[in-house]
Amino acid sequence: MLLRHTTEEIKERKALTVNPAKTCQPVGAMYAALGIHGCLPHSHGSQGCYAYHRSALTKHYKEPVMAATSAFTEGASVFGGQANLVQAIDNIFTVYNPEVIAVHTTCLSETIGDDIPQIVSKATASGKVPPGKYVIHANTPSYVGSHVTGFANMTKAMVTYFAEPAEKRSKTLNLIPGYVEPSDMEEIRRLTELLGIEAIMFPDTSRVLNGPLTGKFRMYPEGGVTTAALSKIGAGAGTVALGAIASGPAAKALDTKCKVPCEILDLPMGLLATDAFIDTLRRIAGVNVPEAINYERGQMVDIISDMHQYFYGKRVAVVGDPDQLLAWTKFLVSLDMYPVYLVTGTPAGKKFETALRDATRDVPQEVKIKVPGDLFLFHQWIKQAPVDLLIGNTYVKYIARDEDIPFIRHGFPILDRVGHSYFPTVGYRGGIRLLEMMLDKLLDRQDRDAPETAFELTM
Amino acid sequence: MTDPAKITDLKVCSLSHPDPEKIKQELIGKYPTKVARKRAKQIVVKRVEDEDKVPQIGANVRTVPGLIGQRGCCYAGCKGVVLGPTRDIVNITHGPIGCGFYSWLTRRNQTDADAGPDGANFMPYCFSTDMQDEEIIFGGEKKLKQAIREAYDNFKPKAIAVFATCPVGLIGDDIHSVCREMKAELGINVFGFSCEGYKGVSQSAGHHIANNGIFTHVIGTDDAVPEGKFKINLLGEYNIGGDAFEIERIFDACGFTLVSTFSGNSGIDDFARSHTADVNLVMCHRSINYVAEMMETKYGLPWIKVNFIGAEATAKSLRKMAAYFEDDALIARVEQVIAAELPAVETIRAQILPRTQGKRAMLFVGGARAHHYQELFKELGMSTVSAGYEFGHRDDYEGRKVLPDIKIDADSRNIEELQVQADPTQYEPRKTAAALQRLAAKGIKFAEYDGMMPAMTNGSLVIDDISQFETDLIIERFKPDIFCAGIKEKYSVQKHGIPLKQLHSYDYGGPYAGFKGAINFYKDIERMVNSRVWQYLKSPWQKNPELAATYAWQ
Repeated sequence: MLLRHTTEEIKERKALTVNPAKTCQPVGAMYAALGIHGCLPHSHGSQGCYAYHRSALTKHYKEPVMAATSAFTEGASVFGGQANLVQAIDNIFTVYNPEVIAVHTTCLSETIGDDIPQIVSKATASGKVPPGKYVIHANTPSYVGSHVTGFANMTKAMVTYFAEPAEKRSKTLNLIPGYVEPSDMEEIRRLTELLGIEAIMFPDTSRVLNGPLTGKFRMYPEGGVTTAALSKIGAGAGTVALGAIASGPAAKALDTKCKVPCEILDLPMGLLATDAFIDTLRRIAGVNVPEAINYERGQMVDIISDMHQYFYGKRVAVVGDPDQLLAWTKFLVSLDMYPVYLVTGTPAGKKFETALRDATRDVPQEVKIKVPGDLFLFHQWIKQAPVDLLIGNTYVKYIARDEDIPFIRHGFPILDRVGHSYFPTVGYRGGIRLLEMMLDKLLDRQDRDAPETAFELTM
Repeated sequence: MTDPAKITDLKVCSLSHPDPEKIKQELIGKYPTKVARKRAKQIVVKRVEDEDKVPQIGANVRTVPGLIGQRGCCYAGCKGVVLGPTRDIVNITHGPIGCGFYSWLTRRNQTDADAGPDGANFMPYCFSTDMQDEEIIFGGEKKLKQAIREAYDNFKPKAIAVFATCPVGLIGDDIHSVCREMKAELGINVFGFSCEGYKGVSQSAGHHIANNGIFTHVIGTDDAVPEGKFKINLLGEYNIGGDAFEIERIFDACGFTLVSTFSGNSGIDDFARSHTADVNLVMCHRSINYVAEMMETKYGLPWIKVNFIGAEATAKSLRKMAAYFEDDALIARVEQVIAAELPAVETIRAQILPRTQGKRAMLFVGGARAHHYQELFKELGMSTVSAGYEFGHRDDYEGRKVLPDIKIDADSRNIEELQVQADPTQYEPRKTAAALQRLAAKGIKFAEYDGMMPAMTNGSLVIDDISQFETDLIIERFKPDIFCAGIKEKYSVQKHGIPLKQLHSYDYGGPYAGFKGAINFYKDIERMVNSRVWQYLKSPWQKNPELAATYAWQ
C-alpha cells in the first residue's frame, strides 16, 4: 500500500495538515500573471518560492514557465527586500525586456512588511522602469487562503493597475474566466464569439501555456490579454465572472473602481452551469443564441439521456478547488449521481460550504463536506465507506490505487497525464468530454469486473 | 558504421564550436555593469597549459535578483534533498502550506519500505502545520507542538523531524526547544532543522544544515555493530529512479556490507549505527561531504570519493573500495563481478555508439551530476562542450585542494560549522598510519575530490549558476545535440528544438547508476538525440512555401 498508514479511524486534528488539498497563494498569482501578454511574473521572496512554483506549473503544463525572483538572502530578510527588488527590476528590463513585470509577494516579504508600491516607485524614480512598461503587484501572503486566493488577488491587481473609469460605456464585455486551464479559456472565448459578443478576457493563458513546438523559443508567447485591452476594461458594458472565489474579487473591484456592473456565475462546467453562462451572456448583450450552440447543447443532453443508466446512483468523491468543486457537485447531482465526499483545501468560507450543502440537499445518502479539509481525511472517509468514482488532482491517484477505485484527474496539479491544456472541460463540449471521461472509467471498471457470463459487447 | 571504441580506450572528441571566449563576452555584454562583473567570474573558459591546474571560478555566491536561474532554497536542500529520501521519519514542515506541498513526492526518491524493520513509509505523505496569519502574528510554537502530538497519535513514528520555513525564522519560533520538549513528552526522537529558505545562497546551505542535524541527533546513537564483512556507508546517493537499488545489487554481488546510505532507500536506524562502518564512500560530494568529514573526526572513519555514474567509473570505484580493504578474496570477487557485468554493457554500447559518437552535450545541474554524467557521455563518444553546477562550490569545480583559499563570505558564515572532536569512547581509527601510506602508494586518495574542471576538455565553457538568458544564448550559438538540466529548463530548451534530459528526475526513467544504469542511460540518450520528432518542427508548406497559382492540379 502506498498510503499504508491511513486508517479509517478518524482522530481529531487541529494543527496538523496531512496531504494538503491546496497550495500557497504565489503559485496562483504566477499563473494569473502569465495570462497577461508579455508579462514576466516576479516572486518577491527567497528563490525557493519561484523555483517551486515554476516547477509545479511546468510539470502541470509541460511548457516553459518563465518567472523571476528577488532571491532574498538572510541580509535582505533582516533589512528588507528593497535593494533586491530594485535590482531585479533593472535586470529584468535590461535582459528580458517584458511589457509588464507582475510582482507577487511571499510569506517572507509579507512577514517583514515590504511595501511593494513604494519600492516600485523608487525603481521608477531612478529610471529602472523604461517608459511604456509596467510593474504591477499583488499581495499574496502564503499564510492566507490558497493558490486560488493568489489567482484572485493577481487578477484583481489587473483591475487595480489597468482599469480606468470611463465616461462612455463600450459594448464590450469583460470576461473573467476563473482559475481554469488554457483550453477552458479558449473555449469560453469561442462560445462568446459564437454569440457574436465582443469581449476582453483576463487573464488569458491560452496560447501561453499550451503553445506549439516550432524550433523557436519565445520567452513571451503570443497569447495573453494585452495591456491595451486591459486599459479598456473600465469602459466595459459589464463583467461576467466565472467562479465566485477565483474571479469574484476582480469583478467586484472593477465595479467599485469603474462602476462596471458584474454577474458572478459558477464555472460553466456541466449542462446547467453552461446554460446559465450562455443565458447570462445572451441577456446582457441582447443577442440571440445561434443554432451552433443549441446544437452542441443538444448533443450533450443526448449523451446524458443515452447513458443515464451508468451515471445514476453512482457514489462520487470529489476533491478540488472551490469553484470547480461546486460546479462538479451541481453537475453530478444533475446527472442523478451522488457526490458524497466533498473536500477543498481552500478556506473558502461558510457561505461556500452552505452552497455545497444546498447543492446536495436532495442526494439520498449522507454527504460529507469539509472546507477546508485535506486528502488524509478524504481518504479516511473513503476507507469507512467506499465510492464508485474519485475526482481530483494527481495526488488522488495514490488513494485510487490503494483503494482500487476509478479515478478522473481534474484540477491542479495534474503531473502525470496530458490533455487538460488542450481539451476543455467547460461549455457543452467540455461537458461532453467530462461525460466521456466518467463513462470511460465507469465502464472500464464494469468490463474489468463483470463475470464472463455477463460481459457485455454493447453498453 | 564506425568501429566502436572500447570503454577503456576512449578518445575524447574534438571540440568544434564557436570561440568560447567570444561567447563569454557576448553573455556578459548583455548585463548591467555590476552584474557583468560578477558573472564574468562565474563564466570561465577552461584553457590551461599545465594539466594539473584549472582556472579559478566564482561559485557559491549570491544569486543575482531578476536574472532567472535554476536554484532553489535552503529548505529544499535540507528537507527535500537530504532528509526527504528517509522513509520512516515523519517530516513536518513548519510554515505556510506551500513549502510542504511542493516537496511532497516531487523528487522521485524510491524506497523499499517492505525491506525496513517495521514497514513504515511516510514518504507518500505531506505533513505541515499550514501556518495561518494568526500564527505569523502570535507565534507558531503552540501549533507546532500540537501538530507533533497529532502526528504521533495518528502515525506512531519512531522519529519526527521539523523543518523551518522562511517566516518561522522571522517571527522567532524556537523549533529546537519545541522539539526537545516533545522528545521528552513522547519518548521518541524529535529534532528540528532551521533551514529557512533565505539562508545561504542556494539549496547547498540546506544540505549543510541537514548534515549538521543528522550528525547531531542521529548518527552514533546505536552502537550495535551490524553483521557482515567490509562494512561501508554510501553518502550522497538519493535513490532517484532506483539508482541506490542498482548500487545495492552490485555491492551485494561483491560482498560489501552496506550499513547505511545517506539517504536513498534509507531508514533512520541505519543512520544511527552508520558510525560502525569501516569506510564512508562519498558519491555527491557537495551535499554530504560535511557528514563524511565530521564522522572521520569523531569516529575515525576515513572517506573516499566514488562515482557510480558510468560503467567505467563504477568499475573504478569498486576496485578502489576493494583495494581499501586489502583483502585478496574481496579484490578477486570484485574483479569477477566487473567481468560478469561489463560484457552486457559493452554489447549495448557498441550497438549505440555509431548513433551517438561525435555528438555534443551540455550539462547544467546540481552539485555533482554535471560532473559525473560527463563519464556516461564519454562512454557514448559524446563531448561535453559546456557544463556548470546549480549550487556547487569552488571545490566541486577545482578540487578540494582549493579549500584553504576559499573566502568565507557573510552568507556562508551564517551556516553553522559544527566543532567536532574525537569521541572519547566511540572514536576508533580504521586504518593505521602505515596502512594509509601503503594505500596512498597504491593511488587510493582519502578525503580527496578533484572536481569537475580537471575532467573537462580545454576550450570548454564552464558556467556557474547559469541564467535563462545564458542558456538560450549558448544553445543558439553552439547548437548542442542534447542539454541536461531540470524541469524548469526542459521545455524552453526543447522549444529551441534541442532535447533536454532531466538529470534531477531522469525524465521519470532510470536507474542510471551502476552497470544496468549505464545501459539505461545509453538507450535513453540514443533515443533522445535521434528521435524523429525533431524533424517535424517545420511543416511541408513552411519548408516549401511557393504558392500554387490555381486550384488546378496535374
